[in-house]
Amino acid sequence: MDITAFKSKNFLIPGIILFVLLIALATLPLYVGLYWVILVTAILMYTILTVSWALFSGPSGYLSLASAAFFGVGIYTSAMLLPNTGVVLPLLVVVALGGVISFIIALLVGFLTLRLRGIYFAIFTFGLVELIKQVLIFWEINITGTRGRFIVLVDTHHVFWIMLGIFVLLMLTTYFFRRSKFGLALQSIGENEEAAAHRGINVTMVKVITFAISAFFMGTAGAVIATKWTYIDPYIAFNALFSFLPILMAIFGGMGQIYGPVIGSAVFAYLEETLLTKFPYYYMLTFGIVLVGVILFLPGGLVGLIQRLTRRKRKGGVVEQNANT
Amino acid sequence: MPDSIVRVLDIAIGGLLTGGIYALIAMGLSLQYGVARVLNIAHGEFIMLGAFTTFTLYTVFGINPLLSLVIIGPIIFIIGFLLHRTLFTRLRISAPNPDAYAASSMLATFGLLFIIQNLALLGWGADLRSYSYLNFGVNLGGAIFAANRLVTLGFAIGIGLGFYIFLARSRIGKAIRAAAQDPTTAGILGVNINLVLAICFALGAVMAGLAGTLISMRFPITPTMGLNYTIIAIIIVVLGGMGSIPGSFIGGFILGVIGTIVNYIEPSLSLAAYYFIFMLLLLVRPKGIFGK
Repeated sequence: MDITAFKSKNFLIPGIILFVLLIALATLPLYVGLYWVILVTAILMYTILTVSWALFSGPSGYLSLASAAFFGVGIYTSAMLLPNTGVVLPLLVVVALGGVISFIIALLVGFLTLRLRGIYFAIFTFGLVELIKQVLIFWEINITGTRGRFIVLVDTHHVFWIMLGIFVLLMLTTYFFRRSKFGLALQSIGENEEAAAHRGINVTMVKVITFAISAFFMGTAGAVIATKWTYIDPYIAFNALFSFLPILMAIFGGMGQIYGPVIGSAVFAYLEETLLTKFPYYYMLTFGIVLVGVILFLPGGLVGLIQRLTRRKRKGGVVEQNANT
Repeated sequence: MPDSIVRVLDIAIGGLLTGGIYALIAMGLSLQYGVARVLNIAHGEFIMLGAFTTFTLYTVFGINPLLSLVIIGPIIFIIGFLLHRTLFTRLRISAPNPDAYAASSMLATFGLLFIIQNLALLGWGADLRSYSYLNFGVNLGGAIFAANRLVTLGFAIGIGLGFYIFLARSRIGKAIRAAAQDPTTAGILGVNINLVLAICFALGAVMAGLAGTLISMRFPITPTMGLNYTIIAIIIVVLGGMGSIPGSFIGGFILGVIGTIVNYIEPSLSLAAYYFIFMLLLLVRPKGIFGK
């Protein structure tokens, strides 16, 4: 790793700002009410899903619709290991387990499916969510005989800090990943897979590992948030909406920059949570309209929009200068 | 006849009856994906719209469901046509390459799914609805089938063949096939490509809507019924080969029979079985049975 990058001014000032922001976030429960802590936890969850989706699908160009599957695996891990009666494992262990199980499933699925190009991969990953859901429903009804599971109560602040920890870990992973040889390899696969293979990149390995890393974070987020949902069944855990929301949030924010998905998911998740409580009957309608609108009018997302506006300003300035001379 | 043979025949014919509707749905999606390059996840929502419009026309105005085929067809054609002209044409023109268009148009259809489904939930409520039409038994060489199942099979085959002949013989049909092979060259040769793609998309939606009418004669309907049919249609299109209309037609019957068999053995796993077939197929032969 390049140490000089840390010493340069380019790193120092944003670094300090980020550090202050992080401290502010971490101490949030000390000076705001419970409602805000729960809201920020939910926003962090969406941000984790979005950033980890963009970690793989952004550079590689493979449109994954499997987020809900890995998220759901995490949720279900919690549901099985943290019942509201009997012996309970420590929360952090369960969270890590949720991540690891998602990681392993993603490795298996990745080896099977990442040979498929384009839209086939998207269809396949979408099918994965439903397949896991159906098999789980079958298993729960016919073998365990449970129709739903209740989860032990966990302190809200505790959940918030764990979620924040996962978020920080994910952002660090993403930051160093994009700079690493591995990240560049994934980028070149996205631009031209055959050329990347001819340059000596182990294309399958790079794709599968990144896919699994992104699945790991989705799994941990699922395992944490499950403790806030308290009642879990396969329909709740494997909701296809959680495959689309991260994509929408990433597009909404803009995928060109590392902070695009973060801004997109934070803004969108806040809107979503307020919409859901105020207009539950029109929630899906608004969601659909925003989705279509963003695809049509904001192909670069919020970040792209801001960049376009500032660039236009700069261009305008240049034109004026030219007119003066 | 021994008991087991009767049972096998029973399942086979039952599968064919379901397969007729599947074939119709898949042909519609095949037109939209194979030619217009829109993997329409909202395909099932047009089925749902067709089913609910038929339901309302029959229960409120007393219009015969078979007659409503003629009413629903043109309405959905106009909706589909306008959708393509406003939304998908714009996306197609602004997309840097075909892959980007495939991804952005698919995401846009997800948006459509949410919009249409939410509107339907507001309009018709979330309950299961059904009506009784042609609900009497017909004796076919010993096995008894409900008349509405036979009628829907007949209409499904009729509509399917009608579309096929239209594509093979008519002038617009030839333009559609030319556009499917190579949109750029077809455009150079004087085919109005945006118009043809919009017609294709609209025809696909019409087939979904008509299938919805037929489905409502046989099964209870809800505003959330669409996605399952979309998934079945996607599986059949992959099974038959992307863009192959006869492949979709035959694939529909194949999946109908498989589904009925699985349903007979373990009903709760039928959707999982579809997925399993689908995933196996994507891995073994992604071009489909009839794909080139």
